[in-house]
Amino acid sequence: MKPSLPYKIVTYVVLTLWALIVIFPLWTLMVNSFKPKRDIFKDPFSLPTEVTVDGYLNAWTDSNFSFYFRNSFFITTVSLFLILFLGSIAAYSIAKWRSKIPGLFYIYFIAGLMIPLRLGTINLLQTIKAMGLLDTVFSLIPVYVAMGLPIAVFVLTDFIRALPDELFEAAKIDGANRFGIYLKIVIPLIRPALSTVAIFNLIPIWNDLWFPLIFIRTEDQRTLILGISLLFGQYQSNWTYILSALAISAVPVLVLYLAFAKQFIKGLTAGAVKG
Amino acid sequence: MATVELRNVSKLFGANVKAVDNVNITINDKEFVVLVGPSGCGKTTTLRMIAGLEDITSGEIYIDGTLVNDITPKDRDIAMVFQNYALYPHMTVYDNMAFGLRIRKYPKQEIQTRVNEAAQILHIEELLDRRPKALSGGQRQRVAVGRAIVRKPKAFLFDEPLSNLDAKLRVQMRAEISALHTRLQATMIYVTHDQVEAMTMGDKIVVLKDGIIQQIGSPLELYNHPKNRFVAAFIGSPPMNIMTAKILEKDGKIVADEGDFQIELEGKLADTLKSYINKEVLIGIRPEDFVYTQTPQKTNNIRTHVEVVEPLGAEIHLYVSTQNHQLIVRVQPRYEFHVGDEANFAPDMEKLHFFDIDSEEIIGA
Repeated sequence: MKPSLPYKIVTYVVLTLWALIVIFPLWTLMVNSFKPKRDIFKDPFSLPTEVTVDGYLNAWTDSNFSFYFRNSFFITTVSLFLILFLGSIAAYSIAKWRSKIPGLFYIYFIAGLMIPLRLGTINLLQTIKAMGLLDTVFSLIPVYVAMGLPIAVFVLTDFIRALPDELFEAAKIDGANRFGIYLKIVIPLIRPALSTVAIFNLIPIWNDLWFPLIFIRTEDQRTLILGISLLFGQYQSNWTYILSALAISAVPVLVLYLAFAKQFIKGLTAGAVKG
Repeated sequence: MATVELRNVSKLFGANVKAVDNVNITINDKEFVVLVGPSGCGKTTTLRMIAGLEDITSGEIYIDGTLVNDITPKDRDIAMVFQNYALYPHMTVYDNMAFGLRIRKYPKQEIQTRVNEAAQILHIEELLDRRPKALSGGQRQRVAVGRAIVRKPKAFLFDEPLSNLDAKLRVQMRAEISALHTRLQATMIYVTHDQVEAMTMGDKIVVLKDGIIQQIGSPLELYNHPKNRFVAAFIGSPPMNIMTAKILEKDGKIVADEGDFQIELEGKLADTLKSYINKEVLIGIRPEDFVYTQTPQKTNNIRTHVEVVEPLGAEIHLYVSTQNHQLIVRVQPRYEFHVGDEANFAPDMEKLHFFDIDSEEIIGA
C-alpha cells in the first residue's frame, strides 16, 4: 500500500524537525570553530564574518593532542575488536550448544545489561589498581569490553540462533572443526549484527569521560575527550580552540560509523533472501 | 566406496522416547539403499547417526569395516545432501563446492578439476559464479549434490533431498540421482517418506515404522511379498485393499468369507489357513489383482457397485464398494464404467495376501 499524502506530509515534517534538532548543535560547533573568540559571543549562530583556522592549527600542532588522539583510537579499536571477538564466540557457543549450561551463561551476560557499570566504579578502580594497570591506556580496555559484552552477546546469540542448524552440520561433514565453522561460516553470516554491535559500542567508548577521568592522570596516557575537557579553564576558556578540537575528535567516529553503516546495509540486503 | 553396517543400533531421545529401536542393516558396496517410512519413523535419525550428527544410544555402526561410533563426522568420509540444501549463503556455487576440499587442503589445481567435473555432470557450469540466493530450487539441489560428489566420499547420504521441489522437477531429479548412482558406482543411502521414490530408486528398501524395521528387500520383493500389513499398505499406489474376513470350512473346503462374498481357497494356502477356521483374518488384494468379469462367475465372484471412475488413460482406477468394504480396483481401459454400475470381479488367486488380525503379520509365506 502506498502511504497517503497527509501521512507523507506528517512524516516529512517530523523527520525535518528531528533533523534540525540533531544538526543544530553540530552546526553551532562547526561555525563557531572557525570564528575568533569575540565573534562567538557576539553572534553564536551566524556564519563567521572573519574566518580563522587558528583553532584547528593549534589543536593539530599541539603535541599533546596527537597523543590523545592516538590513545583514544587505540583504546576504541582494541576494545571493539575484543567485544566483537569475545562476544561472537560466546554467542556462538550459547546459541548452538545443546545443553542447559549455556542458558545460565546467557542469563549471566544479560544480567550485565541491567546494572549500570558506573555503580561499580570504586571496585573497578581497586581491581584495575591491583592489576597494575592504573594510569595507563590499558586500564580502560577491560572496563569497556565488560561494558560492551552484554549487548554483544544479546544481539549476536539471537542472530546465530536464527541460522539453520543444517549449515553447521554441512560444514561439519565437509570437515570443518568448530573454530573453522566460526571463522568461515558464522562470522561472514553475522556481519550485519557485528556492525550493529560495533556502532552501538563505538560512541560510548570514544566519548567516555568518566573512566579516563578516574583512572588516568599522566599526560601521555590521556584520551581525547579527557584532554579536551581539560581545556576548559576555571576563569576563561579558549572556545575557538575547544570547538576545533571537538570537531576533530568527531571525525574518526563519523568515519568508522560510515564504514560500519555501509557494511550494515550491505549485510541487510544480502541476508534478505534466505536459501 | 564402502560398505555400511548397522548392528543393533538404538537411539533414545530423553529417557524414554525411542526414535530408533534395535536396527540392523547391511549396506553393500555400490548399493543404493532407501530408508522409507511415515514421518517420525526414525529414518532421518538413522541417517544422522550414520553421518555422526547424532549420538548412538546403543549398538555399533561400521563404515568400510571400521567402527565409527566415536569418530567425528569429518573423519567418517561421508557426504550428505540435506532437505533444505544447506548451501553456504555467503559463498558462490564454486566456493560452496570447493569448501570441503579446501578444508582438507587439496591442491588448488585438483580442486578446480573436481569442481568443474562435478559441475559438468550436473549441468551447472554456468552457475559457478552465482550465490545460492540467485538459484532456483532445482539448481540449489544440484549444487548440494555437487558439493557431495567433489569430495568422492565413501558413502553418500541423502536426507529427503527432493521434498522441497515441485512434482515435475522431482521426477526429473529422481532419474538424475539414479543415473548419478550408476555413473559414480557409489554407496548411497537415501531417506524419503515417498514410497514411489523408494520403489523407483532403491536397489534395496528398508521400511521403518516407529523406529522398528518392518522389512528389508528389493522393491519387487516388498511389493509382491510384504511381511506385514503395514508394508503391504505402505508400498504401492493406489494402496493394497485390506478387508476383514472369516475363515470357514464349507463342504470340506476352506473359504474366506467377507460377508458379502466368499473366496474358496486351495492348495498350500488352504492348508496354512486351516488353523484359522472360525477366526477372523485380513485379506489383502492389490488393485491390479482383480480380474474384471463381464458375467458373474459362480465361485469367487466379487459383486460391487462403482462409486468413482478415474480414467487415467493407460488404466482406469475404480472406487467400488461391496456391502462391507470400499475397494480400489485398477482395470484396463478396454471397458467403459459409469458411476452406479454393477461390476463383477474375481481375485487373482495367486496374489492373495492373508494377515493375522492381531499381529498383522503375513500368514503362510
